[in-house]
Amino acid sequence: MKGPRHSDSPSQKRLMRLGGLIRKEAHQIVRDPSSIAIAFVLPVILLLLFGYGVSLDAEHVPIAIVVEQPGRETAGFVAGFQHSPYFAPEIMHTIQRAEQALMHREVDGIVWLRSNFAQELLGPGPATIGLIVNGVNANQARIIEGYVKGVWSRWLKHTALDQGMTPGPTVAVEQRIWFNAEMRSRNFLVPGLIAIIMTLIGALLTAMVVAREWERGTMEALMVTPVRIQEILLGKIIPYFILGMGGMAVSVAMAVWVFEVPFRGSYGVLFVTAALFLLTALAMGLLISVVAKNQFVAGQIAIIATFLPAFILSGFLFDIGSMPKAVQMVTYIIAARYFVNILQSLFLAGTVWTVVIYNALALGIMCLFFLFLVRKRMKKRLE
Amino acid sequence: MDRNAGRAEVHTQADAGQDSPLLEMAGVTKHFESGKRSVTALQDITAQVQKGVVTGLIGPDGAGKTTLMRLIAGLLLPDSGTLKVLGLNVIRDPLQVQAAIGYMPQHFGLYEDLTVQENLDLYADLQGVPRSDRPARYEGLMQMTGLGPFTARLAGRLSGGMKQKLGLACTLIKPPAFLLLDEPTVGVDPVSRRELWQIVYQLVEEQGMSVLLSTAYLDEAERCQQVVLLHQGVVLGQDAPSVFSNPLQNQAFLLSSKRWGRRQIRKQLHGKPGVLDATISGDRVRLVTDSPMEPEKVTDFLGPDAELTVTPVSPRFEDAFIALIKDHTDTETEAPPKQESPSGVSAKSKDGDVIVVEDVDRRFGDFMAVKGIHFRVRHGEIFGLLGANGAGKSTTFRMLCGLLPPSGGRLTVAGEDLRAAPARARARIGYMAQKFSLYSGLNVLQNLRFFSSAYGLRGPQRKDRIDWALTSFGLEPMADMPSGNLPLGFKKRLALAAALMHEPDILFLDEPTSGVDPVARREFWQRITQLADARVTILVTTHFMEEAEYCDRLVIMAQGEILGGGTPAQIKDRYRSDERPDPSLEDAFIAMITSDSEEAA
Repeated sequence: MKGPRHSDSPSQKRLMRLGGLIRKEAHQIVRDPSSIAIAFVLPVILLLLFGYGVSLDAEHVPIAIVVEQPGRETAGFVAGFQHSPYFAPEIMHTIQRAEQALMHREVDGIVWLRSNFAQELLGPGPATIGLIVNGVNANQARIIEGYVKGVWSRWLKHTALDQGMTPGPTVAVEQRIWFNAEMRSRNFLVPGLIAIIMTLIGALLTAMVVAREWERGTMEALMVTPVRIQEILLGKIIPYFILGMGGMAVSVAMAVWVFEVPFRGSYGVLFVTAALFLLTALAMGLLISVVAKNQFVAGQIAIIATFLPAFILSGFLFDIGSMPKAVQMVTYIIAARYFVNILQSLFLAGTVWTVVIYNALALGIMCLFFLFLVRKRMKKRLE
Repeated sequence: MDRNAGRAEVHTQADAGQDSPLLEMAGVTKHFESGKRSVTALQDITAQVQKGVVTGLIGPDGAGKTTLMRLIAGLLLPDSGTLKVLGLNVIRDPLQVQAAIGYMPQHFGLYEDLTVQENLDLYADLQGVPRSDRPARYEGLMQMTGLGPFTARLAGRLSGGMKQKLGLACTLIKPPAFLLLDEPTVGVDPVSRRELWQIVYQLVEEQGMSVLLSTAYLDEAERCQQVVLLHQGVVLGQDAPSVFSNPLQNQAFLLSSKRWGRRQIRKQLHGKPGVLDATISGDRVRLVTDSPMEPEKVTDFLGPDAELTVTPVSPRFEDAFIALIKDHTDTETEAPPKQESPSGVSAKSKDGDVIVVEDVDRRFGDFMAVKGIHFRVRHGEIFGLLGANGAGKSTTFRMLCGLLPPSGGRLTVAGEDLRAAPARARARIGYMAQKFSLYSGLNVLQNLRFFSSAYGLRGPQRKDRIDWALTSFGLEPMADMPSGNLPLGFKKRLALAAALMHEPDILFLDEPTSGVDPVARREFWQRITQLADARVTILVTTHFMEEAEYCDRLVIMAQGEILGGGTPAQIKDRYRSDERPDPSLEDAFIAMITSDSEEAA
């Protein structure tokens, strides 16, 4: 629906209406704690929950070490595990006992040193150790396998040096890990998490407050005043944009000071891209509120249509490159995907302009698309 | 009787000259899609509203009033037809129409978490009222509504009547040429209702405003200068209210008998040929016949044994409405209830108080919903809780049903505290909620089966009760119809049948007739009085003054307190004066509220 071309109401009246709507929204935000809770408390809780709860690192993995015949060699080997931060080893003397522990999920893996371990070690052939890993969680099984190998090769090196030998004719792999030198998965997860949280709060804020106006019948009263649809929309976007940016600032501050994730990029770029992303999320929320005219349904849709896809398909947790092609195509329409890329690069690598510009452009297009859709779909009518 | 007397005169487009009406509607039809079904909300509406008068859009709930209001305000688009407001085409230029009208939606469209002043400021901003004009404008509005002392209070903390006035003030901030009020008086106490009518007439007389006001209270039609009568999406007539009721001169009478009680008289009259309507009014019965009659002839209806005293009275708008819709009868109002005892409850002749409420308080945070109320309900009595929305009726009800603990005081139902011995006491009560609370997806029979087994009925006993419900409530023809698709009157019947499956001897009815038309409402009360005749104790809440007439005794509640009680006749007697020789319950209610606030002051 278009307004008349030559509106006789001066732009001053337009500003007065917009100002009135924003003041009204500000009063409501101050009096009704729910929007403040969504903007500030929800990100804190989600960050604490996911930041501490979701970790892709294995630490203090309980394993059983079966030493059938204790000796000097085995003691040195076992010590390697005991000093490792990754393992919480328990010494056992029979494989039967260890297997039982594995069955009861007391341990996640078994390292088995047979009775002839010391003998084999001194002999000409290769010494063997047995490794049994609980493969139920394939990801963790692979991590445990890698760590055990690491401990094993370090021990070999030490033993060789102790005995004055050069460490065998092995190819030495020199590892260098870039961008996340400590290999803390948190450094990688927390920035992504910020994007996911911002998706949720952006969409929830607008979807819920517009639905509330429908529910309480105030929207009907608004619609019969000379106010324009774009003024109603701006009157919602502006206050919740400010609130959402506040939530964003809290999240970034928590990432830097609570989770100690290094921030290497430019705060200016962060501000601009976050603003773009938040606008997209707010527009998605407004679009939801066009469909759902009660708060409960609006909340449900906001979670199912924005939070879950962002969680699974943004590449924050699951690598997009290893998804099937069809699913990869779908990820292109997930706004969080672009913001996850930007955030991870800003936090871990610094301002990489190629990454920032490409993703910011995509965000800008999505933002305009959703705003256009909202403007198109929201009518100054009740149906 | 000339039933066409109240019909709308259909003006043709041709006579819309320079003195054209303010609002013109022609052939307006509107459907709504609900699932696969299409519901016709409005069918071929043609009507006008004249400048400078108060026009009432009158009709029971569900008649299509709100849909029509929204169409006029440009909030909905009609499927066909034309709408012109102030010479503007609403369908093409809704923005221009909206800039010129004032519209107050149902529930007033207020922001409850904003103060009175903030609400006013918002609407002043939206209407583009210059800041320099505001102080004078605000003062005028505050004077008119009496809200001056409350500008800093949150709108949500205002009483229903004050909210209504604030809603009105917000729509009047820029005085509109045409004011649309959608059910402004529903659920509001009678004092505020009267004040609203005063304000409306003040606006029309002093400022030349034109007002279109919708209401479901038929007695309010008489306050309008013009009436558009809407029923089931069709305009039944448009004219001055007296034009509707005048043809019924010499057809309305008040009856009393030395030998029979009012209920007995009414029962005898109901359904007799020649009887259009028979209702209870105080301790008498109001009869409307279908043709003019001498008062002496009226006694013939019941024979000389009744020893009737007959007083002719002037017809009311409601009588005309009943006459008109009996003309447009649908199945919903056809079947007269069976005369047998509808509950099948064996009469347990016990005396004494079945419900005892002593000093009961209920607090929600710092808000007192119910303040120290007292009443007793005797066995086999119809007892009413009368009051506006927010008076504390529903809270009292929930406490009696054991759904809500009281903050203080004592409540017993059938000698038991419902919270202490819920199962035993609940087996003796039937409860009919205000909203339709049956399973809409199940058909009538399935609902009855479910509720009978929920109450522990089994085998032949269960079958008997289901058969009883189907026959005595006239539900047999629609036994396999999904309950959600039933007409409203039948939904109410089904809900009542479900509440009676276990033959309770106490029945709680929460606003049982909200949303049904006057004919269906009479039919419903017919059943209720039959239950009372079978010695079922009935506790009922209502905000319809005329319904309170059916109660044996009632209490009137306002703001959590009981203002007074007694039989309808006793209550009215207390407020009889020279100025008001024959006060209505509403007059009594108003007198109570006024004296109560004077005491407080």
